[in-house]
Parts: sequence; structure tokens; C-alpha cells
Amino acid sequence: MSARPGPASGALRWFDDRTGLAPVVRAGLRKVFPDHWSFLLGEIALFCFVILILTGIFLTFFYVPSAAPVSYEGPYAPMHGREVSAAYESVLRISFETKAGLLMRQIHHWTALLFVAVIVLHLSRVFFTGAFRRPRELNWLMGFTLLALAMALGFTGYSLPDDLLSGTGARIAYSAALSIPFVGPWLAFLGFGGEIPTEAFLARFYVLHIMLLPGLVIALIGAHIGLVVLQKHTQYKGGPAREDNVVGRAFWPGQAFLSTGLFFLTAAIAALLGGLFQINPIWLFGPFDAAIVSSPAQPDWYVGWRDGALRIFPPFEPTVLGSTIPAAFIPGIVIPGAVFTAVALWPFIEAALTGDREPHHLLDRIWEHPGRTATGVAILAFFSVLTLAGGNDVLAFSFGFELEFLTNAFRWLALLLPPVAWIVTWRLCRARLREGERRGPPAAGRAVRRRPDGGFEEVGE
Amino acid sequence: MTVREPGERRTEATVLLLFGLTGACGLGLLVVYALGGQPQVEGVLLFGALGGLGAGIVLWGQRLMPTRVHIEPREPVGGGPEAVAGLQEPLAEEAGFSRRRLLILGLGGALASLAAALAIPVFSLGPAPGRSLFVTAWRAGRRLAPEGGPPVRADEVPIGSVLTVFPDGDDSDPNAATLLIHVGDRPGQAPTPDQFLAFSKICTHAGCPVGLYREQDHVLICPCHQSEFDVLHGAQPLSGPAVRPLPPLPFRLEADGTFTALGDFPEPVGPSFWDMKL
Repeated sequence: MSARPGPASGALRWFDDRTGLAPVVRAGLRKVFPDHWSFLLGEIALFCFVILILTGIFLTFFYVPSAAPVSYEGPYAPMHGREVSAAYESVLRISFETKAGLLMRQIHHWTALLFVAVIVLHLSRVFFTGAFRRPRELNWLMGFTLLALAMALGFTGYSLPDDLLSGTGARIAYSAALSIPFVGPWLAFLGFGGEIPTEAFLARFYVLHIMLLPGLVIALIGAHIGLVVLQKHTQYKGGPAREDNVVGRAFWPGQAFLSTGLFFLTAAIAALLGGLFQINPIWLFGPFDAAIVSSPAQPDWYVGWRDGALRIFPPFEPTVLGSTIPAAFIPGIVIPGAVFTAVALWPFIEAALTGDREPHHLLDRIWEHPGRTATGVAILAFFSVLTLAGGNDVLAFSFGFELEFLTNAFRWLALLLPPVAWIVTWRLCRARLREGERRGPPAAGRAVRRRPDGGFEEVGE
Repeated sequence: MTVREPGERRTEATVLLLFGLTGACGLGLLVVYALGGQPQVEGVLLFGALGGLGAGIVLWGQRLMPTRVHIEPREPVGGGPEAVAGLQEPLAEEAGFSRRRLLILGLGGALASLAAALAIPVFSLGPAPGRSLFVTAWRAGRRLAPEGGPPVRADEVPIGSVLTVFPDGDDSDPNAATLLIHVGDRPGQAPTPDQFLAFSKICTHAGCPVGLYREQDHVLICPCHQSEFDVLHGAQPLSGPAVRPLPPLPFRLEADGTFTALGDFPEPVGPSFWDMKL
């Protein structure tokens, strides 16, 4: 490498003498990042995870994963003398006695909601632009697994405070597991340590939440980003971008500054939400009691669709060859499983449908592949209907509808909206495509930049 | 970037101001913390501190750094057939698997039996389901009592009210939770047995406690997924996703006004499972 003295040459020399990695790091600093806001969604998801780890470590110092009964003697007067679990008591202590504890807890919870939301946006971007196509099918699968893990993390974390609502959520998950033919009872008993409510499940969820699942997420994020480095970024068409190049800014300094700033901005939003907007006030819900439930009972947003499916699926519990197919099985296991499997395998489904197995590094515009876009919109419509249905009691109460009317309306919507959305989207895309054909290709597609003297110059090359 | 344009200087000042905001908010946080802390103020100050830092860094990178566009060539990800052949060569040469069919079979068998043996600890995770899903803590002769309290008497349950009861002196089994409902419609008269009904409180759909009671038409409602059960007609589901009625608890109204269970529920309580009818 160059012998001319540069910044920190002594330290760099020391480093390279011992690792020989100077050329690798140089290549890393020069790695090209295409410049488009939608490529930052994945980064924001990563930043959310970092914030979750940091606030989560703080919370583990104070949280007690135990269902052992204790008498509450803390400063929250309405709970005085009540028998609560050690877990619930420790979360009250974090909220009312630990300095900055409530802030940390609320930042953690808000960031968890943001984390899943940003992953869904990132996944949608990758889907609608066709970024999952060869050679990136593996990274699609890993990203999809990360979404599933993020939801599992959210669910296990939601159950830890051992409050009235979280216990109900765990109970519904147990019932869904129980509903699986043949293996259901064993699965539910092994997973929860017996017939719910059990004392074992808090400790299990805790280990899953702070060790196993985050460990998997860290490993997968590493592989996910590693593959992006190996395969290089996709990019949008236009300007000098071609299939055989990558156009953008270098990691150092442009992208590094942007990403670092974005991390702090993400953390700032999380801090504002956690500071000003109350979330999961478990002291209002009360401790878990298997015989009590509050109404309305709504889970975190990303579980709402499954709750909605359970609410609007018609009462149906057939007996097949003497064995019962429980009412929760189809809406709680089969439908989510089928849709999720289809999403996970989409790169292969699309390749089989179109016959296109070529590598692609240039992204599609959203209308260029009407079938894919229509399918994505239909799936989003389906999940949106289910999510709304998960709040049908609140909607009924707030807008004065009959609950039964709403439930029926959601049944029809869940059946009809996805196909309607598919057709409308497909036609809109087709119309845009035809218009593009009529207009002909865009003029050469070269980017220009204004010079300080007022003239123009071409960018790139 | 030695020539400083006026716009650049303005940006520099803005970035400096944003970093100053971070410093000020950080100091503010220290003060708030020392004074005992206040979540809302802490949140806003943390927002200011992190936001100033983030905005400042982004502005610096976007406005004050060279915006040269880099173009990097992209080679195909894979090395093509030669690379694959190159990989197959040592694999085939050095392993010689194909000549050891029997050994491969033996290795597979050994690994499979080891895997089976290592799977045993999985069953330590929970008890075998056995009959536990079919039974609750109710037995003949156990009296109905609110959680932790003495047996309830009929005159303690006003008409139109619902009481959650457990076997007297044993509230260890949450799945024994039972709703005792006084549906009598002749106020002022002495309670008669048929004015009281008792059903499992665990919803037959997804296992939530059926916590809501609409007195005027005697309907129990599960708040989780809005299944409704008709109390006067054997807790049959009226609407919502539940299919099975809430199992009734057989009981007797004693002369002293207490209630005695005549046995366990006649069928499993809570959500269905595949072999419940086998």
C-alpha cells in the first residue's frame, strides 16, 4: 500500500502488521451505496435492534423472571398490599422506582413496535421492486426469518411483565398450539411446561427473549448484511446505473455520516415516543389472574391480524375421523401459516410463474411487474382487514356499529378486498405500462448537475 | 473544499448549533436526573440530545462533504461452472464416499439413534398431557367459593349478578374457574335452585376468561374474540367464533344456602383439542 504518511498511519500500520486487513478495510471504505431513501429502511430496522439491545440490557438488570407471589409494598398506592408475581412487582419497580426506568421501558416497547413496522416496510420495498430475484433469494429468506423472529421477540417480551393483558396473549398462543391435530397437546404442554397458566413459562419466555432469539437475530443480521456486501447493492434504473455496475456514494465518508446520523435520529424518535407517550401501563391493567380479563383486550399491532383472524373466522369445528379440528386451528395456524409460507417462498414462486431465472441487479419500478405488485397489494390488504378486525369491539364501540354487523362486514372484506385490490392494482400497473410504451423510453437517462458557474455537467463516468 | 461559500458557512453554523443543542440537552438530563428524574422531561431532553446529534451529523455529511458519485463494476456473483467443478474435485477426490456405501449407512444409523437419544430431554420440558386436559379440580361434594373466600351463599349473589367461584379451599387450578349466575326473575322470593346456573369460565374458543355478562338478555361475552353464550340455553354459542357451549358444572343448592358440586364438568373445559372426543 501507499507509503505516504496519512492520518493515523502509526495505528493503521500496527493494525495491518497484525491482520493484513488493510486492503479489505480500504475496499470496505470504498463500498458503493446507491443513494435512495428506500435503501435506508433496512438500516433503520438495524438501528431499532441496537436500541432494543441497549435498553433491553438495562431492563434485564432489574427484571425478575419469576411467578413467585410477593406482596406489593412499593410506592404505587392503589396496588398496596396486593399479592402479585415477582415479575410484575419488578416491572412496577422499574416503572416507579428505578431512575429513568420508565423511560427505558417505554423506549424499549415503542422501539419494538417500530422495529417490526420498519422490517415490514423494508420487506415491502424489496418485494415491490423485485430485489429478491436471483441471486438474492437466500437474503429474502433470511430477511423473512428476521421478521418472524422480530415478531417472536415482541410476543415473548410482551408476556414478561406478567400483567393481565400479557397473560391473556400467552393464553391465546397456547390455545393455538393446542389446536394442532395430533401434536397439539404435547406441543402446548412442552412449550409452556404444562396446562396454562404455568409457573415455568415466564422463565422460558425470558431466556427466549433475552438470549436465544436475540442471538439468532444477531447471527442472521450478520449473514444478511454479509450477503449484501458479497452481492453488492441493487439499484434503481436511471443515470449511469446498469446491470454490471453500482452507482452511488462511497461508504466513507458520505454513507457513514448519513447512517450514523440516522441512527441518532431513530434513537431520538424512540426517546420522544418513550418519554411522552404512555405505552403498556401495566399498573392500570393489574397483575395476571387466570380468571380475569380486561375489555377491550388488544395485543401489540403486529399480532392484531392473528387476533382478527380468530375473531372473524366463522364458528367451525368439524370432527374428522373421530378427531376434532378445533375452532382456533384454521384461523390461528393454517391461514397464517399458508400466507407466511407463500411470502417466504415468493422468489421461487415468481420464478416458476414467469420463467425468469436470470440474475437481476436493476430494480423494477412498481408498475413494471403488474402481477407481483397486485399480489403484494392483495396480501397487504388481507392483513390490513384482519388487523382492523382485531379491533372490531373498539371500532363497534367508537363508531356505534353493531358488533355482529362489523364482524360480518370484516368477513366479506377479508374475502373480497384482496381480489378486488389485486384486480385494481393490476389494471393500474397495466395502464401505466401502456402509457410508458406510448411515450417511448425516457431520453437517454443521463444525470446532470449544475456547476457553480451556472452551466450543467454530466454526472458520473 | 478550501473555498468557503456563504451557504457552506451557514450550514456549518447550523451543524454547530445542533451539536450545541445536544450538549445543552445532555447537561439538562444530568440536572433532571440529579433532581430525582421525570420521565416526560427526560424523554424530551433525550430527544433533543440525540436529535441534535443525528441531524447535525446528517447535515454535515450531506451538505459539507464531497458528493462525488462513485461507480463500481459489478462482476457476476458466482464463479461459473469452472468454480463449481473446482469445488467438486477435492470433495470427490479426498472423501471417496461412493466406495463406502456400508459405512455411510452405518454413520447415518448411528447419527439417527444419537439424535433420538438426545431428543429425550425435550420431554422434560413439560408433563405428558395425559388426562389433565379432561379434568379440573372439581369433585363431588366440593362447595362453590369465591377465590380465597368461604363458600358463597345464595343470598350473597343478587339477581342478575355473576360470581367467579372455585372449589372451596382449593383455588390451585385456574381451569376450575366457574361462573355462578343468578338469573332468577322473581325478586323478593326465596332463591330456588333453578334460578342459579354455573358454567366454566374458560372460553371454548381460545381459552380466555369469559369475563363479560349482559344481564338483560343473559348473555356471556368473551372479550378476546367476542364469542357470545346464551346462559338460559345451556350456554350455547350465539355468535362469534366459539363452537362448543361452556360446559355446565353440576351442583346442588343446600338447605343452608351454599352450593355443592356434584362432580367435575361433564366435558373438557377451555379450547378444543384433537382427541377430546376419542
